[in-house]
Amino acid sequence: MSDHSTPDSHENLPAKLGYSPLADIEHKPRLTDTDPKAARRAERQVATMFVLSILLVIAFVVAYIGIDKSTIVYIPLFGEVGASNFALGLCMGLAVFLIGAGAIQWAKKLMPDTEVVAQRHEMASPEAATDEAEANYQRGKTESGFAQYKIIRRTLIGALALFPIPLVIMLRDLWSTPAGSPSPDAILSKTLWKKGERIVVDGTYTPVKAADLPVGGLISAVPADLLEVEEVEGNLNARAKAAIIVIRMDPSEIRSQQGDGWDYQGILAYSKICTHVGCPIALYEQRTHHLLCPCHQSTFDLADAGNVIFGPAARRMPQLPIGVDAEGYLVAMSDFAEPIGPSFWERG
Amino acid sequence: MTATSPVEQVGGGVATYVDQRIGSNKFLARNLGKVFPDHWSFMLGEIALYSFIVVLLTGTFLTLFFKPSMAEVLYDGSYVPLKGIKMSQAYSSTLDISFDVRGGLLLRQMHHWAALIFIAAMSVHMFRVFFTGAFRKPREFNWIIGVALVTLGLGAGFSGYSLPDDLLSGTGLQIARGIMQSIPVIGTWMAFLLFGGEFPGTEFISRLYGVHILLIPGLILALVTIHLMLVWTQKHTQFPGPGRTNDNVVGYPLMPVYMAKAGGFFFVVFGVIALIGGLVTINPIWIFGPFMPDQVSAGSQPDWYIGWLDGALRTMPNIESSLFGFTISWNIFIPAVVIPGIIFTALALYPFLEAWVTGDKKEHHLLDRPRNAPTRTGIGVMALTFYLLLWVGGGNDIIAITFGLSINSIIWFLRIALIILPPIMFIVTRRICLSLQRRDREKLLHGYESGRILRLPHGEFIEVHQPINAKEMAVITGKTDITPLPLPPATDADGVRNKHFQVKKLRAKLSGFFYSENIALPTAAEIEAGQHHAEHAAAIEAPLHAYEDADQINRAHGGVLHHPGMPLTNAEQLAEDGGHL
Repeated sequence: MSDHSTPDSHENLPAKLGYSPLADIEHKPRLTDTDPKAARRAERQVATMFVLSILLVIAFVVAYIGIDKSTIVYIPLFGEVGASNFALGLCMGLAVFLIGAGAIQWAKKLMPDTEVVAQRHEMASPEAATDEAEANYQRGKTESGFAQYKIIRRTLIGALALFPIPLVIMLRDLWSTPAGSPSPDAILSKTLWKKGERIVVDGTYTPVKAADLPVGGLISAVPADLLEVEEVEGNLNARAKAAIIVIRMDPSEIRSQQGDGWDYQGILAYSKICTHVGCPIALYEQRTHHLLCPCHQSTFDLADAGNVIFGPAARRMPQLPIGVDAEGYLVAMSDFAEPIGPSFWERG
Repeated sequence: MTATSPVEQVGGGVATYVDQRIGSNKFLARNLGKVFPDHWSFMLGEIALYSFIVVLLTGTFLTLFFKPSMAEVLYDGSYVPLKGIKMSQAYSSTLDISFDVRGGLLLRQMHHWAALIFIAAMSVHMFRVFFTGAFRKPREFNWIIGVALVTLGLGAGFSGYSLPDDLLSGTGLQIARGIMQSIPVIGTWMAFLLFGGEFPGTEFISRLYGVHILLIPGLILALVTIHLMLVWTQKHTQFPGPGRTNDNVVGYPLMPVYMAKAGGFFFVVFGVIALIGGLVTINPIWIFGPFMPDQVSAGSQPDWYIGWLDGALRTMPNIESSLFGFTISWNIFIPAVVIPGIIFTALALYPFLEAWVTGDKKEHHLLDRPRNAPTRTGIGVMALTFYLLLWVGGGNDIIAITFGLSINSIIWFLRIALIILPPIMFIVTRRICLSLQRRDREKLLHGYESGRILRLPHGEFIEVHQPINAKEMAVITGKTDITPLPLPPATDADGVRNKHFQVKKLRAKLSGFFYSENIALPTAAEIEAGQHHAEHAAAIEAPLHAYEDADQINRAHGGVLHHPGMPLTNAEQLAEDGGHL
């Protein structure tokens, strides 16, 4: 047992707190138990940490007011960092940390470190309580007539079962179906592409002449109508379906396509949205004509009708049939022949 | 009340005032001295709790500045590279928090770091509870609450990750939508309802915001409260040790030691998170740019806790089938919906499955050392192996680039390893546990190997064994040996067929599997004899000379431990002295 004799050692605690000293636990007195100097030193350490914490909070306020939010400083090991963020984090972190460190040091060095014992009691209620509960339940059952009035019981169960229905039904208008009420699968199956829709470069929105795209070239493209549609609709939905990549390869390298003559002199257009879970794809390996999805590494062979050659995607990448208009710009010949992007139940 | 100082007098007055209204002194009398056992692994749950509090505090601050709207704005803040770019209000306000609100970046980073730490601490805490059998009766409810908390934690993390509407988070949502659409029958409609139409729409972020700041944290807070109340009423479990039994709890009293340590630890966790938040960048959304559904960056990685799901998606072979004009995407539905569903259901049910198999109906307050439940430990390591392999799958592109490997070979390795490695790890773990049990038994019977090698006069080398100390003895003997359930009789005494014979037989067999090869603790008498023997052997086999002396002789004479003409061992000395050691 501990041989220290601080006034709050457990031997002196009232017995009704429910614990007793444990005889067979080995206890080695700490330096702070035997050496008053060490105890005073520990006291000073704890107080120092609390004082430092106070100073750091003041430093935090000074840094908050004094450091301009756009100042960048070079800190060894951390590199170029925002001065305000760095100072605020450092001051607040240390200030709070020191409160904790002080409290723990206090507990470890100065509070009693003798373990104490309390008894556990079985979780189950004593029999008398169980009997009383049972009696109360039976009385309630009889008095309410729950067992007796069969029809009340059954209609109540029915009513309780139905009452959540309004709450669920009202979720229906989470999506207010547009006029003409097209079904989700009809919406998913249609994109902005249509016959004669010009292919424009994503970002600059300039149309593309076939001659401008060299063999081995790749552009990310969208329909020419997209900007206007986005303006009207105020969302990115059309873009999420219509994005394509346009590549050019030597016509002799094209082994197969999804439709006859869907290319234009070796220029092919494929959807950019992965048929797995819908990530946009942009990793194209020019030499092998493989298109790799950066999210889950599905790999499609664009020289072979966009078929899946590796990874978790189950369906080929939909191809967009293209041609040129009177001015020689690349245009779509129709919409995609199948829904783009991830599969869905009604897709068939 | 024996309050002396003015402050204490006021405090006592307040206590009396409150007590007269809510009877709080009864609670204080019972609980100020409440005993909490100490072990480093009990801190894991504390870290989870404290980091959750930090998440709440920092999150409240962020709500004051964040605008959960997908309405388009032109950025006009102080981050120059994005000036004049079209983006959602959500992204723009997140940039403002990062660049134009003093301390905003600190709190945003603290929020993110604390969330990562919260989920990590919960997971490791769950491993601790699993491997020590702390989920056994009477703590099954608390285990289920814990599983729910981990699940909610993942939801909280993912919903928060998706709010800033930067390129990475938007890609995460795109994937989430793809997964939703893979759910048979209801998937498409579910996705349309939740997103308010097509992807990305204009509704989702504000809807997700409500889920992220109200629904999930509210549920977590409620469940955490119940979790802690149950810990409080059931009293904490403890590891076996001197004086510790299944009927007592040995540790430090709430007031003052536990209060100071646990309370202080809150500030330590808070302080460390603030330091990391100030010093270590996380999720620099300004680098990724605003979300565009047709853009993505290579090396896209989710937060760590979603990694295993992403890995499952990456590893699954590409199976899709079309039945009666409907599409079922097994390649998405199985890894992203079915497997997580099975994992979390199995987790929640595990305490009941184990109790059914073992037929164990006793209360357990003394923890199992993992080695003493080899089958459970094996199952845990098996599940962990599966989880970690999926997690590796989630980083397969990073691994491929870092180590110059082919992604295709990594995926093929994982597809095979996910099936083969977990059972192997089960067997290996179980064998290791059993060996450790054998070693424990050995220690009880013959003491520990002291490391002192002794050469006997006739040339034989032996190692001196010493009896183990009281603490180790208590730890090892804290194990309970349980016998497997007996096989049920096929018919009863009257020859009537046992109705549930097949089920009971299965249960007995599983029970046999669970407890088979258990290395039983030696009996008290055997231990007594063994310890006595070790003590005795150590004494009589020890060389006569002081050990420092023996060392010198050792060095000088190449291991010969005696001088000519002297008795060789204590035993000989004993004989010479007539039995007086």
